[in-house]
Amino acid sequence: MPAENSHCLNCHANHTYSFFNEWLEVETKRMMNPFYVLDSINYVAGVHGGFSCTDCHSPDYETYPHNAELKLEPLATCIDCHGGDDTYADYQFDKIEEEFQKSIHFQKSGESFTCSKCHDQHYYRATARTSSNVSEIVSYNNNMCLSCHDNALRFETMSSEESPKLSQVHDWLPNQKLHFDKVRCIECHTVVVDSFMVSHNILPKEEALRNCNDCHSSNSMLKASLYKYENLQARSEDGALGALITNEAYIIGANQNPLLKLLSFIIFGLAVIGIAIHWIFRIVKKSK
Amino acid sequence: MTAENNKIYLYPVWLRIWHGINAIGIILLILTGIRLQYSELSLMPMDFSLAVQLHNIFGIIVTVNYFIFFVGNLVTPNKKYYKIKPKGLVKRVTKQVNYYISGLFKGEESPFPISEKRKFNPLQKYAYIFVMYVFVPVAIVTGIALLFPELIIEQVYSVSGVFLTAILHGSVGFLISIFLLIHIYVASIGKNPLDNFRSIVNGYHDVHPSEKNKKS
Repeated sequence: MPAENSHCLNCHANHTYSFFNEWLEVETKRMMNPFYVLDSINYVAGVHGGFSCTDCHSPDYETYPHNAELKLEPLATCIDCHGGDDTYADYQFDKIEEEFQKSIHFQKSGESFTCSKCHDQHYYRATARTSSNVSEIVSYNNNMCLSCHDNALRFETMSSEESPKLSQVHDWLPNQKLHFDKVRCIECHTVVVDSFMVSHNILPKEEALRNCNDCHSSNSMLKASLYKYENLQARSEDGALGALITNEAYIIGANQNPLLKLLSFIIFGLAVIGIAIHWIFRIVKKSK
Repeated sequence: MTAENNKIYLYPVWLRIWHGINAIGIILLILTGIRLQYSELSLMPMDFSLAVQLHNIFGIIVTVNYFIFFVGNLVTPNKKYYKIKPKGLVKRVTKQVNYYISGLFKGEESPFPISEKRKFNPLQKYAYIFVMYVFVPVAIVTGIALLFPELIIEQVYSVSGVFLTAILHGSVGFLISIFLLIHIYVASIGKNPLDNFRSIVNGYHDVHPSEKNKKS
């Protein structure tokens, strides 16, 4: 982290801060507004951890007390820096923007639904790309959704409707907890695009996936989304067989071993043929 | 000779109750299991989540029921039918196999006719031992593990523990269904194809004159 950040973090990385009150000419210590406390450890681990605070925030923040109007300064959005950005071409920011504009979030809230509503600029980590642990990817990803959809206060800042209780609206889903722990919300709530790492077209709730077979089958959608990247990586390292057996997860119906499937069909077929032949011989003998 | 004398009581009440529950349970487990494993083939018009629930419920019923079989065979005389006799085992099983594939069609008598001392022919006996003391317990243990996946070792070398358990569960389930197929077919071999099915319901086995003569 750049050294100049320590100037800000002296106060903003702590729950209390001190300053010299020039009016009263006394040293004063106060509580920091908890929403303005920065977790400096998570900040450094995040994708923007190398940034100076003033790269995004106004340099006028360097003086205290801060000018109240600074709160209204327009902050850069992802696309302001990453639009047409060749360094991060792989992330397809422009396509993400395009997709996002089709999403229910944009439809309902327009421009006020910024990327940072889900992707906290201070702490964001590209877990789906960097982590090899599916559970970590799932929980990191789902916490982005839950930060509003399971938090009435934050939900209220975006919607006048009452936040639906997640366990209730998902009560049709068998093994709900297991699904919540193992599968990302976006698996059912977005349109999966083949050419894309993470789809950003969040669907209206009526259009969310509700068909078990879409995931629990040999052509499981999860292979196109959650396990896509991992499988590609594993395949390049161990070949197709390696990817099959080192897969971390098991999904009923989706993890079929083609060899065992073929073998089971052959054995079943032979048993049926054997029985049929035996039966025919019995009938022939009886009729004699 | 009265009609009563032609019958031997082979299947006690507890055994018939166990067998009835087990039969319904296993059939439903196989059907729902196929529905879950081969969901893309749409072999059955059943809701996936309903199939999951039924599979779990009947899995538990068959598990509890298994203990009736296990304990029953420990404390009642029925255990004698499951005693492994290694001497001449292969020879006896081969003899029975030969009967099924050739003797039966030449009109030969069954080499091991049913009596009170011998409920099962050798092939039947060892098939049952395998299914009831190997396959079904493996299906039960792996099934419980899949119901509570947090119990399973996460990784065995680089392979997922859940994945291994599921493969084993599916494979053993498949072997049980092959057994069931043959079991039902062989049960239809008899004087009348329905004889054996009637016996497992009312407990009595009709001894045919030829068997009776052999016995005396």
